[in-house]
Amino acid sequence: MKHILTIIRKEWSEVFKNRWVIATMTLVPLLFTALPLVMLATTGNTSPTGGAEMSGLPGDLSASCPGMNAEECIQVYVLNQFMLLFMIMPLMIPTTIAAYSIVGEKTTRSLEPLLATPISTVELLAGKGLAAVIPGILISYGAFGIFVLGSSLLGLSPAVMGYILSPTWLLGILALGPILSVISAIFAIYISSRVSDPRVAEQLSGMVVMPLLMVMFAVMAGKLVLNISFMLIAIIVCAIVAIGMLYLGTLIFDRENILTKWK
Amino acid sequence: MIKTRNLTKIFKIGKKGQDELIAVDALSLEVYRGEVFGFLGPNGAGKTTTVRMLTGLIRPTSGSAQVAGFELGKDDTQIRRNVGFLTESPGMYERLTAEKNLSIFAELYDVPDVEASVNKYLSMLGLWERRHDSVGSFSKGMRQKLAVARALIHEPQILFLDEPTSGLDPEAAKTVRGFIEELKSEGRTIFMTTHNLDEAEKLCDRVGIFQGKLLSLDSPAKLRESLFGRKVVFHLKEMKQSFVDQIETIPELGKLEVVDNKVIVSMKNPEESNPLIIKKLVEAGAEVQFVGEIRHSLEQVYLEMVNNSQRGQA
Repeated sequence: MKHILTIIRKEWSEVFKNRWVIATMTLVPLLFTALPLVMLATTGNTSPTGGAEMSGLPGDLSASCPGMNAEECIQVYVLNQFMLLFMIMPLMIPTTIAAYSIVGEKTTRSLEPLLATPISTVELLAGKGLAAVIPGILISYGAFGIFVLGSSLLGLSPAVMGYILSPTWLLGILALGPILSVISAIFAIYISSRVSDPRVAEQLSGMVVMPLLMVMFAVMAGKLVLNISFMLIAIIVCAIVAIGMLYLGTLIFDRENILTKWK
Repeated sequence: MIKTRNLTKIFKIGKKGQDELIAVDALSLEVYRGEVFGFLGPNGAGKTTTVRMLTGLIRPTSGSAQVAGFELGKDDTQIRRNVGFLTESPGMYERLTAEKNLSIFAELYDVPDVEASVNKYLSMLGLWERRHDSVGSFSKGMRQKLAVARALIHEPQILFLDEPTSGLDPEAAKTVRGFIEELKSEGRTIFMTTHNLDEAEKLCDRVGIFQGKLLSLDSPAKLRESLFGRKVVFHLKEMKQSFVDQIETIPELGKLEVVDNKVIVSMKNPEESNPLIIKKLVEAGAEVQFVGEIRHSLEQVYLEMVNNSQRGQA
């Protein structure tokens, strides 16, 4: 455990001295938090007559928000699109750190002295992975906290606030988010080990967001409804994928491969 | 301290790994406690691959080795714990301070008192004043010193130094060499790869000349002797055939050459033969002005060995 903590501290000491990385890691989440708040604030003023316009909403939409007025229903519709951003964050942020983790050390030639220490491969991967995952989770949680606070300051109705804090989204953001972070970090470390250019590592690692973007588009197109069953299934599937990737990672990564094969 | 037996490393190369490259071929050698061992060879000879195998970084294809009493391939973590490795390139974390760089490695090596060890080596290598500066601002020589400190931070008894003075200016190289001499005097075992034959001659007790396989292994002096023998030159005031005839009466001397007023004699034991030769020359009426041994440099030995090996392969 001591070695893992050392690697985490080392990674953070390096990463957080880079202003561009800090900017990337804070500006995007801020934007992702501000965007739904602005949308909610705007939609909050579109329907002063409330339930009077309910009949004008598409059938599918009105069915997804029973017991709500038109304004609330539109806000729920907007939330449905944008709440997924809080699940994209834990995917994006770890790649910023993890994509550089191995290839960065290869380019600065610091990898060999590191591998020459008694640290085990599992400790090394765990340290590098956690150094990427922890900020991803903390920033996502923080952004969600700001969003909840901002939403309540906007004076959203209890029904809409209830939707934001529903088990579906709490599971998605608080449970699925960290699992997605782990998947993203392992994927980025794997890519980072295989390439010789940090830019390529970052570009390729960014692809990990694609499946979630597809989910987002499916939701926007009305082809997919996010509910508690979906989140539970997603959590189980992603947890299995994450465990599989962790297991595979420890099999694939060894000193010789990293030093001699993957250039 | 280091013992290898038929240590071999074959890399699979080509797109599908269909070809093989024998980087190290059946290396058998022994490095003794407290010895400075020089591992010499041209670029691509397999020196770094050998060091990487001996530090448990890459697996041998076949053969066995013991390092610091631990079996390679079985106790690699223990080997890494007990050896220090100065890599060819310093490879420091440039955004971090010198102090932070060392403390990370001290923690990874489970050094009991990290702060004390870090402070000790920063002071010892003259980096104390710059301990809070980021390594990115350091000169090449300072980085190398820091890399040496990093290799020593856990007080290993065996040190692997891969080209320790490569790319350094003469002053920085001298500092590093001085430090290696200090380590030698402390009784540490040092396995050093180098291109600098002058350095190897000054520092190493024994050298191995290596090109995929071990071409020779001995002390620099004995290698010179085995390859070129020992030659002594006698400068005379004037040269006469009778002087040469007199020398030729002495048994167990080798080849004799005359160049101007000089007689060059190959011999096994100059300490015994020289007084006899001088006596004979004086008796024959020669006036001996100077006597000196012709010393072949390690560089000549090295070039001869490597060229012979290349000719053999061709």
